Amino acid sequence: MELFLIFFAAMLVNNIILIRFLGLCPFFGVSNKIETSISMGLAVIFVMTLAVSVSWTIYHLILVPLDLIFLRTAFFILIIASLVQLVEMFLKKTSPTLYRALGIYLPLITTNCGILAVAFLNIDFEYSFLEGVIFALGASSGFVIAIVVFASLRERLERAPIPESFKGYPISFILASLLSLAFMGFAGMFGLQI
Amino acid sequence: MIITAVVCFSITGLILGIILSIAGRYFNVKVDLREEKILDSLPGINCGACGYPGCGAYAAAIIEKKEELTKCIPGGNETAEKLGLIMGIQAGRMEKRVARVFCNGGRDKSPERFIYSGISSCTAVNITGGGNKACVYGCLGLGDCMRSCPFDAIVMRDDAIPHIDEEKCTSCGKCVIACPRQLIDIIPKDKKVIVACKSRDTGAEVRKNCTVGCTACKLCVKACSSQAITVEDNLACIHPSTCTLQKACIPTCPRHTIIEYPKTIS
Repeated sequence: MELFLIFFAAMLVNNIILIRFLGLCPFFGVSNKIETSISMGLAVIFVMTLAVSVSWTIYHLILVPLDLIFLRTAFFILIIASLVQLVEMFLKKTSPTLYRALGIYLPLITTNCGILAVAFLNIDFEYSFLEGVIFALGASSGFVIAIVVFASLRERLERAPIPESFKGYPISFILASLLSLAFMGFAGMFGLQI
Repeated sequence: MIITAVVCFSITGLILGIILSIAGRYFNVKVDLREEKILDSLPGINCGACGYPGCGAYAAAIIEKKEELTKCIPGGNETAEKLGLIMGIQAGRMEKRVARVFCNGGRDKSPERFIYSGISSCTAVNITGGGNKACVYGCLGLGDCMRSCPFDAIVMRDDAIPHIDEEKCTSCGKCVIACPRQLIDIIPKDKKVIVACKSRDTGAEVRKNCTVGCTACKLCVKACSSQAITVEDNLACIHPSTCTLQKACIPTCPRHTIIEYPKTIS
């Protein structure tokens, strides 16, 4: 039950994009079409879960025993960047089709503050390894839900009569804030607070 | 404390770097250097006229499947020659082609059947009761072709017929796909005379619907000395391969359906 609550909270109640407002760059940049959003979402799930597990391990095995907790920012970024590079190389060799679908998004994810945030939150909430993985899976699933829903809305927006000065990003931001308002409705479910 | 920090950080960085370089060698993918050069020679617009999803895919096809070097239409002969130099093969010549609109029935010539209030798209109005134009084959004028052109070669005239700038047009074919009534065709640029109509309606119907529509009266067929015009299915058609630009058909047409390019924007 504990794990379910962690997953649910990370996915909907504390949605990383719409409630925590982290990782907004790919959210607005990639959500023009539904297909690209799904590909981006899958890449994020993969990278986030992997990055969080590796950073948790490094934190608890190296940084804590050596009393180097203050170095966690630098270490985590190093780990995430190298991990994404590895994944890209692996993907390029093993599955060219998947690489062509996801490959362009991987460097985008490296600099995504959402990944770093989830790694930090994982430490701050003092989760165990399993809880951390579930937390990462929940957060990335929340990312996928948010970006796919937003992409579908944006595709509809293309055909709507919008004033000239609002076309493009202004109306998208307004739309995102309305979506965020809607997601705040999840607050309080199962006793979970924002 | 600081020394431990520096040492630890450097060691981690070093280890990660070593892992990455080993992985790099292990996961190495052989890349043909020519592919990079080919990609640089292509226009990079990713229009899809070559039949591949983007310039990168066409470059890959040239290397892997020895694809034809003349497929890049926006690139034209210039690009074909560059590709020929890179691949060490003679590229063929491409004749310059342009897109032309086969309808001249603007708002003043073919009236509206009903007032349309909805999504401002030709495809949308076409499925709404067969379009709001009196002629069911004619141009609906809401600009789907204009929006599909990646080179901004199409503008809508005052009478709601598209005008294609033949210098900017690269015959990539996106407007051909965009038009829901298939009124745009790509023909050789030097074949300047066309029958600007695609109506299959009988002459009587056309006379009711449009003042410049083709009624298949066959006067042009008789006037043409090269026998380049045929009338099929109530529509006259000039065959670009046979036409020798005598232009006898233009004054003969009683409804002024046959027009000569370059047209000016009216």
